[in-house]
Amino acid sequence: MTSISLPDPAVPALEVRDVTKEYGAVRALAGITLSIPRGELFGLLGPNGAGKSTLINIVAGLVRRTSGDVRVFGYDVERDYRTTRALVGAVPQELVYDHFFTVRQTLRIQSGYYGLTRNGEWVEELLQRLELKAHENKTIRELSGGMKRRLLVAKAMVHRPAVLILDEPTAGVDVALRRSLWDLVRQVHAEGTTVVLTTHYLDEAEELCERVGIIHQGAFVALDRKEALMQQIHHRCVTLEFSTSISRLPAELEELGGKLSGDGMRATVHVDRNDASLQRLLSTVGRGEIPIKDFQVHGAGLEDVFLQLTSEPGRKTGQVASQAAP
Amino acid sequence: MSSLSAASLIPVPFRTIVYREVHRFFIVINQTLLAPVISAVLYLFIFGFSLGDRFGSFHGYSYLNFLVPGLVMMGLVNNSFQNPSSSLMISKFEGNIVDILMAPIGHVEIVLGYMLGGMFRGLLVGSSILAVSCFLALPPFSHPLYLVTVALCSSALFSLFGIVAGIWAEKFDDLAMFPTFIITPLTYLGGVFYSISILPPVWRKVSLLNPLLYMINALRFGFLGVSDVNPYWSLAALVLLDLALFSLCLAMLRSGYRLRK
Repeated sequence: MTSISLPDPAVPALEVRDVTKEYGAVRALAGITLSIPRGELFGLLGPNGAGKSTLINIVAGLVRRTSGDVRVFGYDVERDYRTTRALVGAVPQELVYDHFFTVRQTLRIQSGYYGLTRNGEWVEELLQRLELKAHENKTIRELSGGMKRRLLVAKAMVHRPAVLILDEPTAGVDVALRRSLWDLVRQVHAEGTTVVLTTHYLDEAEELCERVGIIHQGAFVALDRKEALMQQIHHRCVTLEFSTSISRLPAELEELGGKLSGDGMRATVHVDRNDASLQRLLSTVGRGEIPIKDFQVHGAGLEDVFLQLTSEPGRKTGQVASQAAP
Repeated sequence: MSSLSAASLIPVPFRTIVYREVHRFFIVINQTLLAPVISAVLYLFIFGFSLGDRFGSFHGYSYLNFLVPGLVMMGLVNNSFQNPSSSLMISKFEGNIVDILMAPIGHVEIVLGYMLGGMFRGLLVGSSILAVSCFLALPPFSHPLYLVTVALCSSALFSLFGIVAGIWAEKFDDLAMFPTFIITPLTYLGGVFYSISILPPVWRKVSLLNPLLYMINALRFGFLGVSDVNPYWSLAALVLLDLALFSLCLAMLRSGYRLRK
């Protein structure tokens, strides 16, 4: 961990208050407020251009806010920039690298930027953990895309940051590497590091994150624990599979909007758990009028929440779907 | 009280930037060191040997002796400029500039780190040109302390200029403007190959507006003890320009100009 003494544990690892960012006439962030307690694994979701990277870059010091307040462990990211940058490690979305140097030299230089000269053991551990040891003397050009991505993670962790920000860390990597990066994130989080993860892969956020914020058009449209967000989606899709072909669905299922497949072997029915539709479906099935072979309920995932919140035409920017205290 | 080594007193991030900047140009040494030295040797052969006899002597020195300080200064300023400017431009182009921008490094450390890296390359190229030239014409080194001071200040000035250009430029084409339209013309017209005393009075006055003229003549004064302009005023102006450009670099970094959005 960094040598900076962290304040009272009650002080959030990251606090963002009413932050706006304007690029000329374009408003990238329209008053974001967010508090991430230390030790949380937070997921930041949103469609392309929603403002996720802008927010992350403001925390990392690459972008200057237009207004508002951003603090890392209580330190202002502009006034106390040297302290906050020592506390934050960020993996950028783009594959940025310095092709002049080898993997080991890159990590040595990165350590130096953070004032570290005797962190050889940690660098060694990072090389091992990220499976870069065998490639330590290769120049960056000789690395595959996945290895470059791992090197970016190693660079961000070289100073043992208290807050690790990963901007789309698994974009374009294969399944095995994706899993190993997930393991690493879990491990780092278990060691006490606060992790902020932006991702397009909603299953990734569902798998890893405790709390999720969904940004749309520069403002949060949802900010809550992921389970609570998923509870907001009321509909369920039920698939019925039949042992023999049927020509028509029972009238109750047709009234529920059920649809029979062309071969008569399958039907899908959408039900809402807030009304009596599920009960009606179960009663119909229970009467034994149709030859049920299998029965599957597709529950709501983060993807449904995401799609609903970012595509609702009536939803106004900044109208947050529940905002649980961390 | 425990004793501290000199290195431990120098901030690690600053040392790291200098290491990176120096290491970077050593990786492409053919391009960064050998090429300018070979160009300078070619100038010496073409102008010094082939055409030198036609020019006669300048201030009592052979043309070859007269030429060497100018060529040393030309190599020194070009390479001092190119090191930070190309390093920053490549970093911006490849995106790794974020490594420095996200790190807890002070603005003064960044400017000094890039400046020292550029100075090292400029002085190395200048010294190499001088070393090769000594086989052809050994200059007298009339004012060695002044000579070293001018070399340091000149390389610092063009390193700082390189930092300004590297931050300002948004594409390689922008950066190419500086050597093509500013440094090379000013160097060639600044008395590398001639003394302004041979120019018509009008052009002599115009030449006095060229800052490179003062730097080249200052270095020539250090080597030969002769100058077309007052060498002490030249040195004073050089120091003031160094301070002005250093302040400009700091202001650019502090404001985040073209680095932070």
